Amino acid sequence: MKILIVGLGKVGQLLCAYLSAEGHDIVGIDPIEQKVDEVVERNDIFGICGNGANCDVLREAGVEDADVLLAVTSSDELNILSGLIAKRLGVRYTIARVRNPDYYTQLRFLREELGFNMILNPEAEAANEIVRSILFPSAMKVNTFARGRVEIAEVKVTKNNRLAGIQLSDLYQISRSNILICAIKRGEQVYIPNGQFILEQGDHAYLTGSHKELVSFCAYTHLSKKQKKKVMIIGGSKIAYFLAKQLLDQKYSVKIIEQNETRCIELAQRLPQASIIHANGSDESVLEDERVDEMDVVVTLTGIDEENMIVSLLCKNMNAKKAIAKVNNLRFTDMVDHMDIDGVISPKRIAANQILAYVRAKSNKDEDSAVRTLYKLVNEHVEALEFMATDNFRGKKTSLALLPVKKDILVAAILRGRQVIVPKGNDQILSGDRVIVVTQRKTIRDLNDILED
Amino acid sequence: MNRRMIIAMLGKMLCLEGLLLLFPVLIALLYQEREGVVYAGCALGLSLFGWVLNRIPMKHTRMYAREGFLIVALSWITFSVFGALPFWFSGEIPSYVDAFFEIVSGFTTTGSSILTDVEALSHTALFWRSFSHWVGGMGILVLMVAFLRNAKGNTLHILKAEMPGPVVGKLVSKVNVTARILYYLYLFLTCLEVLLLVLGGMPLFDSLLNAFATAGTGGFAIKNASIAYYQSAYLEGVITVFMFLFGINFNLIYFFLLGKFKAALQSQELRWYAGIVLGATVLITFNILDLYSSLWEALRYALFQVVSIITTTGFVTADYGLWPLFSQTILIMLMFIGACAGSTGGGIKVSRILLYLKSARRNIRRQLHPNTVVSMNMDGRPVNNGVMQAAYAYLVFYLIIFAGSLLIVTLDNMDFTSSFSAVATTLNNVGPALHVAGPVGNFSSFSDLSKIVMSFDMLAGRLEIFPLILLFSYSTWKK
Repeated sequence: MKILIVGLGKVGQLLCAYLSAEGHDIVGIDPIEQKVDEVVERNDIFGICGNGANCDVLREAGVEDADVLLAVTSSDELNILSGLIAKRLGVRYTIARVRNPDYYTQLRFLREELGFNMILNPEAEAANEIVRSILFPSAMKVNTFARGRVEIAEVKVTKNNRLAGIQLSDLYQISRSNILICAIKRGEQVYIPNGQFILEQGDHAYLTGSHKELVSFCAYTHLSKKQKKKVMIIGGSKIAYFLAKQLLDQKYSVKIIEQNETRCIELAQRLPQASIIHANGSDESVLEDERVDEMDVVVTLTGIDEENMIVSLLCKNMNAKKAIAKVNNLRFTDMVDHMDIDGVISPKRIAANQILAYVRAKSNKDEDSAVRTLYKLVNEHVEALEFMATDNFRGKKTSLALLPVKKDILVAAILRGRQVIVPKGNDQILSGDRVIVVTQRKTIRDLNDILED
Repeated sequence: MNRRMIIAMLGKMLCLEGLLLLFPVLIALLYQEREGVVYAGCALGLSLFGWVLNRIPMKHTRMYAREGFLIVALSWITFSVFGALPFWFSGEIPSYVDAFFEIVSGFTTTGSSILTDVEALSHTALFWRSFSHWVGGMGILVLMVAFLRNAKGNTLHILKAEMPGPVVGKLVSKVNVTARILYYLYLFLTCLEVLLLVLGGMPLFDSLLNAFATAGTGGFAIKNASIAYYQSAYLEGVITVFMFLFGINFNLIYFFLLGKFKAALQSQELRWYAGIVLGATVLITFNILDLYSSLWEALRYALFQVVSIITTTGFVTADYGLWPLFSQTILIMLMFIGACAGSTGGGIKVSRILLYLKSARRNIRRQLHPNTVVSMNMDGRPVNNGVMQAAYAYLVFYLIIFAGSLLIVTLDNMDFTSSFSAVATTLNNVGPALHVAGPVGNFSSFSDLSKIVMSFDMLAGRLEIFPLILLFSYSTWKK
């Protein structure tokens, strides 16, 4: 695929390196010549020096026959403008990084009215990632797809969790959460299960559902030990807000230490249940007063990588159980492995990975089929296909329980606007929905193919 | 430094050369010539040797700038050292140094020859000689990058080291696709020329070889009288047009074929190149008017010779040794200017000359207004300071090598014109010089030492000096 990358900052450079190594045609655009030279020197790509929101520059980059435009400059406005212009000039998919919550709340408008295929907020994604690493047991692997709105988690069924011996139709009674088991790997065999399927010890189950549902599923099935954990967040950044909000929803106790008073007041207004402390989080005596030794998890989210690393080490030294540091500079992340820090979160890398997953999914699919996106799961044994339901779909407005769906095919999720529906028997597929179908067959090319003839 | 990878790469180059040697073998079969056996033997030997080298296990395949330069320099030397063997083994060129000089002259698209009687050579040898022009013109490593899956990592370093000119731009985002586009373009233009020559009544074999020599801007003649042998204004015209085309930056020709005429025609380098050709032709035409019967005839010979020299091809239709000194001096100057960057031609390159002129003008303005800020533009884009510095460094090394070579060549104690023009013609990859090695002479009377020095000059000129200089610099080899 031909991909234009506007903005060759950290995220842009990562994307250039990975995507060009995967054999895509990359054109990188940045106004700073030195950056362009550096990236062209290191990767097999074409570089253009200029403003990515300028039509002439975009035309020179060959926007007319490009498949994807990734706008990842540090400016939200430039990213949006560049995406809009590129879309008008004929690029097929546009992805923009938008970080300002002011714009981010207009996500739906950006997507549906302005035609963006994906809007990415690295801060929110980073918060999700931290929540995952706090809530989920480390043995559980979690991936996201459908632009990060549907999560897929691999869970091993063991004696300790309550899953063994359960028939899938009874799952809701135990978990009280709206999730779906879309594939099961038993030994070398992979099954697409139906309601009668019974889980056995040793199975690997693949769960899909929204982030929130998956979290509560883990709590109810004792996959993670549910207890009132204490979390301390040092640095009241955007990530801190997203993170605290999610943790408070799970009834965790959250303490945020922030130096800036106005920011403290702002956070206190938006997060009434959290305790906000106005102090310097890197001060040892402050940490001691706030009883860092009682904390289950400390997350350092200040704007400075080095400070995050050092404060994390300090907290571990003061007997905090677990420390997670935000480190944006990718050169540091390898170094952190040798330190006594339990986890590293890099918003830039997360953003890059999400874009990569999206581009890979787009380049996997067959050009002439109706498949919008294709994901490969369970070591590529199973495919998750995303279709757009049109008026031609024969089974529209029929309850799923009544639809004559072929064997080994599962409707895993229905995306209706911003809503993620994990389908049950009485749900319907409407025209305009995006439907995610999980299958082992390779012959599904149209949504009608999932129905018996 | 990744020595193993360099050796393995050289192995691949030898295999490639073995493969290329099969073409003259085909010619030998066609003309029932016994020399074919020697060529087939060499092809087999080189391929085997290369295959063995390529078996060396590699620890990693990363390529950095240093490896890129070394691979280019060493590949060209290996290609020449082994490419000379068939001439030597077949006995057609009895001295190895002569054979080496001849093949270096071929691969570097110089076209200087030590042969006193070209027509005595077998078809096979003639083909290999001219074919080496074609292969060397666009570059042996570019060929490699274009058509073989090779080491991972960035092969742009190789392209940069081998393609002439101060700035090397890619056409598309991938190096190997860029290289392939260049080669297809090259092949297409060559075929077109062969077709036009055959239509003009030139025998197919001659057309093919002359087209090879034009495409690479080499200039090996297959007749003792060079192109003058054919005595046809049409053929000279076709060759003139194609010499001019092959002296243009291939990126521009690509834009032209894509229909972006405006972008192509706005290139300052192209305008200057055309302007210099025009100016030199007019000056020489009037200078030699007395020697020829008509204005038309004088123009015909002047134009052909000017294009032949500035593109550094070196074909000859008239013995310009008999022209007035003024015309000869213009031709010598054209040798130094050379063709456009990114073409198959040699010399300092029009774009560098342009950079020097612009920089000189900027310095004059600085003298008058010491605090003035002047930005230097080329084709509407600011010129990077690094590019300018590299261009100056190039000039310094160019002059050092020129002076050093001249000093050694004068040991032969020939006249100054011959020595000076011989070094100029080899360092600029032109071909014919003046006096001894003039349009009707050859390089056979130079000593072996001079021939080796001039072989070095040809390689330095083709690779634009830096790869070769780096080969001899201590810091390249230290661990």
